[in-house]
Amino acid sequence: MQRIGVFVCHCGTNIAATVDVKAVAEALGHEPGVVISREYQYMCSESGQNLVKDAIREHNLTGVVICSCSPRMHENTFRKAAAAAGLNPYLVEIANIREQCSWIHKDIASATEKAVILGKAAVAKVHLNAPLIAGESPVVKRALVIGGGIAGIQTALDIAEAGFDVDIVEKQPTIGGKMAQIDKTFPTLDCAACILTPKMVEASQNEKIHIYSFSEVTDVKGFVGNFTVTIKRKARYVDETKCTGCGLCTEKCPMKKVPNEFNMGLDNRTAIYIPFAQAVPKVATIDPNYCMMMKTGKCGVCSKVCSVGAIDYKQEDKFIEEKYGAIVVATGFNPINLDKYDEFAYNQCADVVTSLELERLMNAAGPNGGTLLRPSDKTHPHTIVFVQCVGSRCDDEKGKPYCSKICCMYTAKHAMLIREKYPDTEVYVFYIDVRTPGKNFDEFYRRAVEQYNVHYIKGMVGKVTPKSDGKIDVQASDLIANEQLHINADMVVLAAAIEPDKTARPLATMLTTQMDTNDFFTEAHPKLRPVESATAGIFLSGACQGPKDIPETVAQGSAAAAKAIGLLCKNSITCNPCVAHSNELMCNGCSACEKVCPYGAITYQDKEFRMPDRTTAIRRVASVNPAVCQGCGACTVACPSGAMDLNGFSNSQIMAEVDAICK
Amino acid sequence: MQEAMINKAKQLLADGTVNRVMGWKRGEFVYDITPAVFETAEEIDADFVCDDFTAANVSKYLVKESRKEGKILAFLKPCDTYSFNQLVKEHRIVRENVYVVGIPGGPKLDAEKIKAKGITGILCVKNENGTLKIDTLYGEETMPYYEAILGKCETCKSRKHVVYDELIGEEGEVITAEDSGRFDMVEKLENMTAQERYDFWREQLSKCIRCNACRNVCPACTCENCVFDNPASGISNKAAADSFEENMFHIIRAFHVAGRCTDCGECSRVCPQNIPLHLLNRKFIKDINAFYGEYQAGEDTTSRAPLNNYDKDDCEPSIVHERGVE
Repeated sequence: MQRIGVFVCHCGTNIAATVDVKAVAEALGHEPGVVISREYQYMCSESGQNLVKDAIREHNLTGVVICSCSPRMHENTFRKAAAAAGLNPYLVEIANIREQCSWIHKDIASATEKAVILGKAAVAKVHLNAPLIAGESPVVKRALVIGGGIAGIQTALDIAEAGFDVDIVEKQPTIGGKMAQIDKTFPTLDCAACILTPKMVEASQNEKIHIYSFSEVTDVKGFVGNFTVTIKRKARYVDETKCTGCGLCTEKCPMKKVPNEFNMGLDNRTAIYIPFAQAVPKVATIDPNYCMMMKTGKCGVCSKVCSVGAIDYKQEDKFIEEKYGAIVVATGFNPINLDKYDEFAYNQCADVVTSLELERLMNAAGPNGGTLLRPSDKTHPHTIVFVQCVGSRCDDEKGKPYCSKICCMYTAKHAMLIREKYPDTEVYVFYIDVRTPGKNFDEFYRRAVEQYNVHYIKGMVGKVTPKSDGKIDVQASDLIANEQLHINADMVVLAAAIEPDKTARPLATMLTTQMDTNDFFTEAHPKLRPVESATAGIFLSGACQGPKDIPETVAQGSAAAAKAIGLLCKNSITCNPCVAHSNELMCNGCSACEKVCPYGAITYQDKEFRMPDRTTAIRRVASVNPAVCQGCGACTVACPSGAMDLNGFSNSQIMAEVDAICK
Repeated sequence: MQEAMINKAKQLLADGTVNRVMGWKRGEFVYDITPAVFETAEEIDADFVCDDFTAANVSKYLVKESRKEGKILAFLKPCDTYSFNQLVKEHRIVRENVYVVGIPGGPKLDAEKIKAKGITGILCVKNENGTLKIDTLYGEETMPYYEAILGKCETCKSRKHVVYDELIGEEGEVITAEDSGRFDMVEKLENMTAQERYDFWREQLSKCIRCNACRNVCPACTCENCVFDNPASGISNKAAADSFEENMFHIIRAFHVAGRCTDCGECSRVCPQNIPLHLLNRKFIKDINAFYGEYQAGEDTTSRAPLNNYDKDDCEPSIVHERGVE
């Protein structure tokens, strides 16, 4: 006979305000098998847990039902409490009467009725609970960082510092990411390259770090502590082990008209190229879309000038497989495409640029060697208009609903730098709000306004019209003066919204992690677990999780590293015992479960069975690898014969719950 | 045809290609044809039959037979090849242990339809230019040939063999849904109001005597232990006690074979109460085609069944709700 204890939590007024908890405890006390039913203010508190523990010992309970918040919150708390009192932790069931009941209802009578029904379902389920024992699985002591921007570099450095091997997979020919393209950083105005490149070098010199540049993750299998990742090493047509990065090939390459993506297409590079002087690894890459040898078979100059014979036109993509214990996603961001913003004439006028393009225009390694000139006629601009929130905080389909967070600060930086270097230039900034929370941020913005006399105007730009004399007419409204303005500008700079990198979406599918509607990775808890994904062993670093500036990105990169290190330190991790298992007597061997299993946990064996008619037969039956199974339950619903079942969520338990609810 | 098949069977037995032959033999009456396994040439000469009444799909028998010692010869009509392929795909039939000889399909005849004309004591039938000549104990009778065709053959989906090792006769073509009209009746049901549809199915399903013939003949129903026979399932084998159970048996069965049913039509053929059970399955097939693109179960052994597969272009589950609105 079962002896079940029911414990109803008030959660202060969170539950008790809309659910009559005394009535719930009273009603559930009459359920079959229930020997004790109590309510208490905070069941998760020390004294609340003691109430549960004492009851287990005193009444020799065989099952416990806690009516409280979501099992995501305190299931573990109560499982541990039960274990401490000598009860198998998997004999505890949670009835969620907070998130799924008290918080969403207003009427006390009906909320109480629902809470009772949810409690009854949990009691019906716990009747069928079986004690489960968690197994262990080993942890591979190696981490993978996907993305080699400042976030990925910081994470890799910290993990390596703790003594673990770590691989960086970067899809570009060099690590460095967006920060490498930035000229100066706010709020201290130090040069981005001067603080980034030492870290890039540190990463490449660290023995624990291996950099797979020009590579992509194509497949992820396995689970926390034991991921198997396939990495595609894209053909760069240059042997990385031989190339010394001397750059002679890039000087001699006759194909010099390739838009230079590092300089945002504002100047040209050669078909064989090294993205920038401090690239890591400093290895040339051939762009097969432009290389004459690759396209027509005639040229081969780079191969002739290369003294180490590193050029290999026949190189092919290679796939390598590696095992990792933890994976950190650091896929970063991109500015949005501005094609749809006709009103800002971005596609019609070369002198309308994005902020990232302005970074390159002002950079010493940029197309103009650091002198700010208009892209159209290479003349010095005297009036520059900055437009904030282009695509940010938008409620239409063109833009993004969120604030891109970094634009207010970098625009203040741009405005200040221009006024500093070219005091004869008038700078206008059109804004909706100026958002400067952050250490020394508001002081920085005020310096731009007060010390550098940048014209900040609250209002949006309505239309940008290139004129025949090369000037640009900027039509805008000044909301404070309540008037329409026309500014005769030389250049317009658009603070384009930022969005997650496009490669993140397929990656999220491979990693079975979640994304929000904007394709930012979703953290396990927005406040309390900000660098973990909801999938165990997958951590988040940098702007792939949400818009961030450099200090925040670096902080999060280190935080993600700390979490990964915490995992890699362990020799083994406790497995979830709520895994699937197949009843071999029922299994048809049809492979339906194998096809839907996202973890590859199911295999088949031919086994000899004694049949009911006293003959023996060889039958093909499924078996589940409990170390790989994550207990998602997909197989149990795909199985046509009902042979697959899930520990802790068996078909009979779920039917019992449904019966209890429908009774 | 029967002659050619017998010769083929005897030849394959003699040269050791197979050690058994899956065929049919006559029962109590000429139209009472039942699947049978033959082991010798003598048995074949004595009992092997393949005629206008040989409608039974033998694929399901091969689940057990293909796991026995040696290789078995199976004569498969086009429709049977789909069931066979589906079972190979589900690893139920061991393909290497079966030698498949494709034979021409129907149309096959329905003795019930002949008897419904008041014709009894059937001894022999013959189609002469659209007129069915029937020798009976009481003399010769005639009726239009097309009126005697089995329901499942009237809406034949394919005259093509999707799998075979050898073919007797000529290969045919897949028949489009438009030409076969096999979804016409489903459409009619779809166009009914919910109440009309409910009344239709109540009238049909209330006839069910839970003899389990539909389940036992169905090539998709090959579970080692059927849920309806599993005491742990809570719905184990028993006569339908009320209208709810009458409905649920057939609806659950249709769900269990959804995406795997090849539309062979055996369920309706064997139903002693003449319930048009195949319509439930065809509704699933029609919906799968509409939601996930044309799919024919058993057409091949490699494709992923739409209900067991996830594709980014899959329709949203809300489509069920949207279509359910009256």
